[in-house]
Amino acid sequence: MSAPLLSVKNLQKYFPTSKNVGFRKEKLQVKAVDGISFDLMKGETLGLVGESGCGKTTAGRTILKLIEPTAGQIIFDGKDITTLRPGLMTPLRVHMQIIFQDPFSALNPRQTVGKIISAPFEIQKVNPDGGVKKEVAALMDRVGLNPEHYNRYPHEFSGGQRQRIGIARAIALKPKLIVADEPVSALDVSIQAQVINLIDDLQKEDGISIIFIAHDLSVVQHISDRVAVMYLGKIMEIAKTEDLFSAPHHPYTTALLSAVPQPDPRGERSRERIILKGDLPSPINPPEGCVFNTRCWKVQEICRIKTPELLTVGKSSVACHFPE
Amino acid sequence: MKNLLEIRDLKVTFPTDDGLVQAVDGVSIEVAPGETVAIVGESGSGKTVTSLSVLGLHNRKLTQISGSIIVKDKDESLDIVSAPLDKIRGYRGRVVSMIFQDPMSSLHPYYKIGSQLAEAYLVHHPGQKEAANNKALEMLSLVGISEPKVRAKEYPHQFSGGMRQRVMIAMALMNDPAVLIADEPTTALDVTVQAQILQLLKDLQQKLNMGILLITHDLGIVAQVADRVSVMYAGRIVEQGGVDDIFYNPHAPYTLGLLKSVPRIGRAGSERLKAIPGQPPSLINLPTGCAFAPRCEYISLAPGDSCQTLKPDLLGLADSHRSRCHVPEGMRDKSFAAEIKGART
Amino acid sequence: MPRFILRRAYFATLTILLVSIVVYGVFSLLPFDPAALTCGQKCTPAIVEANRVKLGFDKPLWEQYWLFLSGIFLGRTYGAGSAEFTCPAPSFGYSFNENTCVTDMLKEALPVTINLAIGAFVIWMVVGVGLGLIAAKFRGRYPDTLSSVFVLLGTSLPTFVTGLFFLIYVTIKWKIVPLSLSGYVSVFDDPVRYFQYFILPWLTLAILYAAFYTRFTRATVLETLGEDYIRTARAKGLSEKTVLLKHTMRAALAPITTSASLDIAGLIGGAIITESIFNLAGLGRMTLQSVYEFDLSVVVATTILAATVVISMNLIVDIAYGYLDPRVRVK
Ligand SMILES: Nc1ncnc2c1ncn2[C@@H]1O[C@H](COP(=O)(O)OP(=O)(O)OP(=O)(O)O)[C@@H](O)[C@H]1O
Ligand SMILES: Nc1ncnc2c1ncn2[C@@H]1O[C@H](COP(=O)(O)OP(=O)(O)OP(=O)(O)O)[C@@H](O)[C@H]1O
Ligand code: SF4
Ligand SMILES: [Mg+2]
Ligand SMILES: [Mg+2]
Repeated sequence: MSAPLLSVKNLQKYFPTSKNVGFRKEKLQVKAVDGISFDLMKGETLGLVGESGCGKTTAGRTILKLIEPTAGQIIFDGKDITTLRPGLMTPLRVHMQIIFQDPFSALNPRQTVGKIISAPFEIQKVNPDGGVKKEVAALMDRVGLNPEHYNRYPHEFSGGQRQRIGIARAIALKPKLIVADEPVSALDVSIQAQVINLIDDLQKEDGISIIFIAHDLSVVQHISDRVAVMYLGKIMEIAKTEDLFSAPHHPYTTALLSAVPQPDPRGERSRERIILKGDLPSPINPPEGCVFNTRCWKVQEICRIKTPELLTVGKSSVACHFPE
Repeated sequence: MKNLLEIRDLKVTFPTDDGLVQAVDGVSIEVAPGETVAIVGESGSGKTVTSLSVLGLHNRKLTQISGSIIVKDKDESLDIVSAPLDKIRGYRGRVVSMIFQDPMSSLHPYYKIGSQLAEAYLVHHPGQKEAANNKALEMLSLVGISEPKVRAKEYPHQFSGGMRQRVMIAMALMNDPAVLIADEPTTALDVTVQAQILQLLKDLQQKLNMGILLITHDLGIVAQVADRVSVMYAGRIVEQGGVDDIFYNPHAPYTLGLLKSVPRIGRAGSERLKAIPGQPPSLINLPTGCAFAPRCEYISLAPGDSCQTLKPDLLGLADSHRSRCHVPEGMRDKSFAAEIKGART
Repeated sequence: MPRFILRRAYFATLTILLVSIVVYGVFSLLPFDPAALTCGQKCTPAIVEANRVKLGFDKPLWEQYWLFLSGIFLGRTYGAGSAEFTCPAPSFGYSFNENTCVTDMLKEALPVTINLAIGAFVIWMVVGVGLGLIAAKFRGRYPDTLSSVFVLLGTSLPTFVTGLFFLIYVTIKWKIVPLSLSGYVSVFDDPVRYFQYFILPWLTLAILYAAFYTRFTRATVLETLGEDYIRTARAKGLSEKTVLLKHTMRAALAPITTSASLDIAGLIGGAIITESIFNLAGLGRMTLQSVYEFDLSVVVATTILAATVVISMNLIVDIAYGYLDPRVRVK
């Protein structure tokens, strides 16, 4: 087996916050990402799912070193980049790109589309054959934008088109890794399908590895080779997509799958639904033991005491004392 | 009239600096007791504008509204489009209630939960403070908030998103309304919390026999809770019918396109999604013919250039199933049936 | 009392102390010999030296400051023997020009300024918030247009122009309000003369702020009217009056109050000009006079007083905001 493109080991990111207690400020930590590990192969898509606030964005940005990790290790292309200084990161950034969720705020409104897409060339001082302009026009064509719109501004485009601009910018330097942070969440279904197909095609053509962050399980299932389910900064279950969706082992995965309504009225009528109680606990004060224990329907005494390890169950890796 | 709510040929137009925005164009929808009627459509299709019209919440000076919206209250009924505003206020929150998309911003940040709830009762029962407070506590526990007495004294920011949406529901139900309008009630929530709220709405509906007008862009939610569905595109209803009709026997190319473009759990992941090309039209310069024509794959089946020149009518198929398309029904039946089969497996 | 109030009050006290040190230090380091300034026309080096000792200017700076500070709480005695005299607590020093304790001067001037400030404040809030509300309610129609004319005039005319206009036209030419020569009287002694004395200074001082608050209130109310929770209030069936006066005003009140309490502090500057125009014997005029006469102890006292007012206002805003906006209340 070949070496993975990206190897993440026990990655942690704690954000400091504070609370006023009388005359003192008590220092607290938001445990946004709390020890996640996985490998990503070349050309593979890993889906990262979980509810709002579980640390998906933080994980994605920390992996790209846009945020400094608190602990753990990130090995990219055989090189340990965990503590690499920003200056030394710059040449590596050619190979790692990000696509943002919000197609409205991610693009500078005062720059033309051509300028936005050519920015990576300028930053990295890359001069493609035939010049930047020609390359940008080709990129625009490739993501389904009319190259004649080179001099237009982002506000002249619809949400789906802006997301295409973001994608063009991300693939400009032919990166090896793209972190796509909820790239289709803000889009309507009919447009969402266009963008998913585009990402799918580009990946097949260029063999890019993608970390695809989303909260919509249907989208993740569609696009990913493997899926990691996150909850309160931890990975609950990670498995090949078919395995995860056909035989979920973690109670949280099961509940999540059962909560997603499907566009199939007959199926919906006959479906048994697991409805979780309560809300997500705060990542400042996550529950002891298994972080899911406050909402789990299989909870036993040990779940409140001992943190379950990510262990192999069937074809998946699962962090649960009582996997299905 | 057996329906609690009858919207007839509703048209809503906003004059703006760029021109007239025809946000809603000839929408007709009915809601009967105990029934959930869904309006589904993409962003900007006119769902919220329609629902705000039912409570008369558009600024009348800045909006042109025509058609009628009949709301039934016991033996009386009222046309929201033409009735005087104080008459409408007597219906708001008492006969028809509404909950909104964003529970974070829909509660007043400076008033206690309990007093916001009580106020909803007091408007329609002036002076009955004690009854209002009791009703507030009763409703809070009905929507599953534990320790209602304590929580009633708290402020909205002390509640999570899901809890706030429960509070909004409790507030909407303070006067046992006949109809509840829910405008994307779970869009801002996580799926597991969404499942809780949808379940809650269903339970409450059974208990109180309310009619629910549910607005959403999520076909999964429609499939889960709706009895009847109206699909909107660019301010018009393009298809209307029972939930099974819409999902298993769609007749408008747009409905079919939507159904084909949603990724589904369980379907082979590697299969390509069938996206609808292009994007929705601007409401200011709608195409003269069918608004969907620029994106439609079935134009060639329609007679002549009718798609580009004539607005199709919303025509009946069977029972209450109606759709808007120039392609003769017989031809649609055959080619759609095969496609929808493909999409469902 | 909630913890957060204590906490803020503690920091406010520290700040005032710090400000007093800085102010005292800055004025003491000015290139004047305070002892020489205390000495009138017939000055001999001997008198200067005697005054220096008498007023404590011979001591090191930190000790002078300490005497000043302890004087505020304990009172202060100057000189010795038959020349000894005492300024009882709270003592803010001794004015050689007036030959009285600064505190006695403050006692005279303070009521004038306080009455001026409070009256102007009430007028500006009532007029500003009222007009702003009306303008928002009738947005785009003639009350809104009228109010915007007022805003334009009010914000573009400097205080001394409006003040002089009132003085020259309303009082002297048209004789609508008689020129008050009698000086300050308490409202309890003679309400009519009290109002005659204050009405024009109030208006002069209030107009600029009233115009500013009209604009501010209008913008805040319009912004609040677009909030989702206002739509919720309407959906409950509340009347437009309740929606505007209860739900909208409640939310708009927090920013308005905050900025108002900060502007009270800013009134001090306006008061100096207004008092000079109308010849009111208030703090502003007193300070100005002391500056001309290099009467440093008076300047130090009023500067520290002004700073204390500003800091206390900030404290009140902090506390008030905690009550007005439950979201910032620290538990
Ligand atoms: N810069 C920061 N400082 C402090 N806390 C932060 C910061 N960024 C994120 N957090 C917290 O870390 C947690 C994880 O946030 P993150 O944005 O990674 O979640 P997410 O899974 O991407 O959620 P969403 O689906 O809402 O985008 C949250 O509780 C968030 O409030
Ligand atoms: N007050 C208004 N003035 C002008 N145009 C308006 C106004 N309100 C709504 N519109 C326009 O009417 C159209 C329909 O809006 P509406 O809010 O009903 O969409 P929607 O179907 O609810 O979409 P979403 O899913 O984004 O909520 C949009 O194009 C919108 O810009
Ligand atoms: S009317 Fe024309 S555009 Fe509309 S659905 Fe039929 S064929 Fe397509
Ligand atoms: Mg995120
Ligand atoms: Mg809407």
